[in-house]
Amino acid sequence: MNRIDQLTGNGKKFFVAYYTAGFPTVAASGAILDTLVESGCDLIELGYPFSDPTADGPTIQASSQTALENGFTRAGYFQLLQEFRERHPDVPAVVFSYYNPIFHYGIDKFAEFAKTAGADGMLVVDLPHEEQADVRAVLDRQGLHLIQLVAPTTGQERTGKILKNASGFVYQISLRGVTGVRDTIAADAGENIARTRAVTGLPIALGFGVGTGEQARAVAAAADGVVVGSAIVTCIAENQPEPLPALRALVTELTAAVHG
Amino acid sequence: MNSVDFRTFGGRFGEFGGQYIAETLMPAVNDLAAAFREAWDDPSFHAEFDRYMRDYVGRPSALYQAEALTARLGGAQIYFKREDLNHTGAHKINNTIGQGLLAKRMGKGRIIAETGAGQHGVATATAAAIFKFECEIFMGEEDIRRQAENVKRMKLLGARVIPVTSGTGTLKDAMNEALRNWVATVDDTFYIIGSVAGPHPYPLMVREFQRVIGDETRAQFLERQGRLPDTVVACVGGGSNSIGIFAPFIDEPSVHLIGVEAAGSGLDTGKHAAAIGGGSVGVLHGSKTYIMQTDEGQVVNAHSISAGLDYPGIGPEHSHLFATERVEFVPIDDAEAVAAFLELTRVEGIVPALESSHAVAHVMKIAPELPADHAIIINLSGRGDKDIASVNEFMEASP
Repeated sequence: MNRIDQLTGNGKKFFVAYYTAGFPTVAASGAILDTLVESGCDLIELGYPFSDPTADGPTIQASSQTALENGFTRAGYFQLLQEFRERHPDVPAVVFSYYNPIFHYGIDKFAEFAKTAGADGMLVVDLPHEEQADVRAVLDRQGLHLIQLVAPTTGQERTGKILKNASGFVYQISLRGVTGVRDTIAADAGENIARTRAVTGLPIALGFGVGTGEQARAVAAAADGVVVGSAIVTCIAENQPEPLPALRALVTELTAAVHG
Repeated sequence: MNSVDFRTFGGRFGEFGGQYIAETLMPAVNDLAAAFREAWDDPSFHAEFDRYMRDYVGRPSALYQAEALTARLGGAQIYFKREDLNHTGAHKINNTIGQGLLAKRMGKGRIIAETGAGQHGVATATAAAIFKFECEIFMGEEDIRRQAENVKRMKLLGARVIPVTSGTGTLKDAMNEALRNWVATVDDTFYIIGSVAGPHPYPLMVREFQRVIGDETRAQFLERQGRLPDTVVACVGGGSNSIGIFAPFIDEPSVHLIGVEAAGSGLDTGKHAAAIGGGSVGVLHGSKTYIMQTDEGQVVNAHSISAGLDYPGIGPEHSHLFATERVEFVPIDDAEAVAAFLELTRVEGIVPALESSHAVAHVMKIAPELPADHAIIINLSGRGDKDIASVNEFMEASP
């Protein structure tokens, strides 16, 4: 059984951590992932650094650029994932990427490597519903979930179309904008979650803009899961060269807020 | 046949094109595609567009027979389509008036754009001034330095110029930043993309607004010579001036079409902007098309003396025209472009944009070998006043 389904099948609120693989270096990444798991993360979105991250704000842009400058490679990514899987056999992991690195390598090969390394799903930021046929066919064969994004701009009808054959969980984008921590959660986030819930039985995780325990608690009241990325990456960036204690403190607060 | 009908077009030129963008923007580009189709089927929209083209841009632009350059090269007859004579000095205004009218029709209050050389930025700021939009232009820091005069013009026109520092601070990064801004402002903002790049409907829509160049050229040449030209040559960055002049000739197999890519310091140096000549198929800025990338699919930075060609991708229709062997793509490097810039200035008294100089340089290579009854039309896509400093800098660096 896919680890994502195992996780969501228990009906508890779950916490999703996004982390840019190879930031600040591949050598540092394994211990960072371990800290995320030890601090209560239920699912890891392992970001694949890309040269042109158009959906990301300054924090994740900078982390991707640093990772690439510090020698990030595709082989390094899959090795990191595989070692993570060996140490944490039960924690679901999603490959979080832009499309070009996947397309360029070959969808089949990329998905096979992801599956072999221990991924449970993939989320491709710039691959909307209309462009998914090729990728979906391959992921279905591999038993990987293709995680669907729903935005505040996605109307009811379109949401239904996107989620008709969706699996795993739904990633609900909380706001109109790129990734990054905001002072407040978008006012219409709850309404958007309700709209998505009306067309799917899948669990819904809300992300973009969430950075504090207080925000995570508020989101968890309406959603099934909470995604935090930029706050985690910022914490790692601001606490060099020893980021783990601060990271542990932050993520423990966030996961406690979600798990209640 | 290679050309497509905008009414039935689904967003792909063969295997190229598509809509590879964040879900947040999908409803906006789908609305835009519907609005464009509806406007382009409405005679009153065309009437207004045509009126602005005639009375404001100054169309039709001249088709000039370059007798002095023809005599000097000895060979084919050379003609220039004089887009440099348009209001604001380049072909870019055709597209910004078109998209500006569409933005007005859609009730948007704010427009944003990316710019490299600054020509699209100036043309967008101009459209914002006449149609009364709030306007922000995203421009790479390096380009702001290279194109200081155009930055001043944009500010005079009332636009805000936002410096982009990510990446190498050139056109690719400006487009990334404009897309990020659009994701956050999509409800009230219209994004005027300056080339035949980006997600559907942009490559189609921008081609339709730019095809006025080719439609005029074809009519002008037919009227004068009673036949079609033999060869049409244009520079290609994203590819809007080239697709504009190529459009009405794509289904005319007798007309040889040549797209000239910027080879920068040379294709073998890796420092170039030739997506077809030195790239491979990938996905960038919403389209599947030829791009410059590493063997791991990371997009690399382009290099060209010409800011307007300094882009690691090419419009998807060009990729299709390459794959179907309808258009020949050739490289011209910085030194060849500068030599053509100087030559045309001295021989014809026309200062061409460095972008257009790439097309001139290629014709300087091929014209001497062609017979005197062979007619070549070059799209002189813009004027070169903005480039005088870059040319001087280049000459001082490589005496």
